[in-house]
Amino acid sequence: MDPAAAKLIGAGLACSALIGAGIGIGVIFGNFLQGALRNPSAAPAQFPNLLLGFALAEATGLFGLVIALILLFVF
Amino acid sequence: MIDGLFISAAHAATAESGAHHGGHDFNPMHQFVINRYVPIKLFGYDASFTNSSLWMVMGTALVIAFFMYSMRGGGLVPTRMQSVTELSYEFVANMVRQNAGNAGMAYFPIIFTIFMYVLAMNLLGMIPLPGLGNFTVTSHIIITLALALFVWIGVTLIGIYKHGFKFFKLFVPSGVPIFLLPLISVIEVISYFTRPISLSVRLFANMMAGHTMLAVFGSFVVGLGILGGWLPFSFMVALMGLEILIAFLQAYVFAVLTCIYLNDALHAGSH
Repeated sequence: MDPAAAKLIGAGLACSALIGAGIGIGVIFGNFLQGALRNPSAAPAQFPNLLLGFALAEATGLFGLVIALILLFVF
Repeated sequence: MIDGLFISAAHAATAESGAHHGGHDFNPMHQFVINRYVPIKLFGYDASFTNSSLWMVMGTALVIAFFMYSMRGGGLVPTRMQSVTELSYEFVANMVRQNAGNAGMAYFPIIFTIFMYVLAMNLLGMIPLPGLGNFTVTSHIIITLALALFVWIGVTLIGIYKHGFKFFKLFVPSGVPIFLLPLISVIEVISYFTRPISLSVRLFANMMAGHTMLAVFGSFVVGLGILGGWLPFSFMVALMGLEILIAFLQAYVFAVLTCIYLNDALHAGSH
């Protein structure tokens, strides 16, 4: 295979890390809503944790994006 | 390495787009190029005053000026500006108390400084300045890695200073079955040593990806012109809101994780 083509395919595959990030963000917000609807009085106290979980899950997907960029621009 | 990569990638891509595409010489990576304003050579190292330095000076000066100005009265009943300052102080103080306990309050000044620095850099990167363009300091991994290594080495030294040899009990959690201990310890050691990498890449990747996305959507607005550009433009407004949220969130996450690492070091014995 042409090395340039392999590089592009690899970078595209590395972006599939964003699948996991999408699932993770969905799970976090879904579970927060579920918990918040069951016990609305406890929900505001957990809002910082929700945002923290969102940011951590999103960052994990972006690690894959960084790998894609390294593949594209370093090699 | 990755920092050099962006400069070279941005330069290469500008050269390429000029050669191949002709009409639009647009490149979403162009915003990450570092320009030397005042070239300085120090002991063989390049210590030039760059646009990155300029933005750092601007951000730090803005934060200091705002705090000095808002606290000039220092009244018991706060003015509007003073309550913003007190709000940010209380916000970080509560975060430190919750995550690192009262022992962590000794390190409140450094955590507050890190939080305000990252927040100022992230938010200043959202504002295009006339004549200077747009630059986000935290979208370069060398900046975030330096911050993260500073935090990580500092926290490790604090842990060793406070607990001596007992600090290494951090890698041997209590209540784990003895046959699982070798495996768990190895995982703990690896996770401890990847902390500076994950801490720095998290901030850098968020800023870099966000600004690249904004540049790409901005190019849609320009490309579709006055007739079709309204659709991506309205989407762009929403994205801008998201990016401002992320700029704040990432500063918060950086500070919270610093607190959590500090908590590990301060309470290493009670693990």
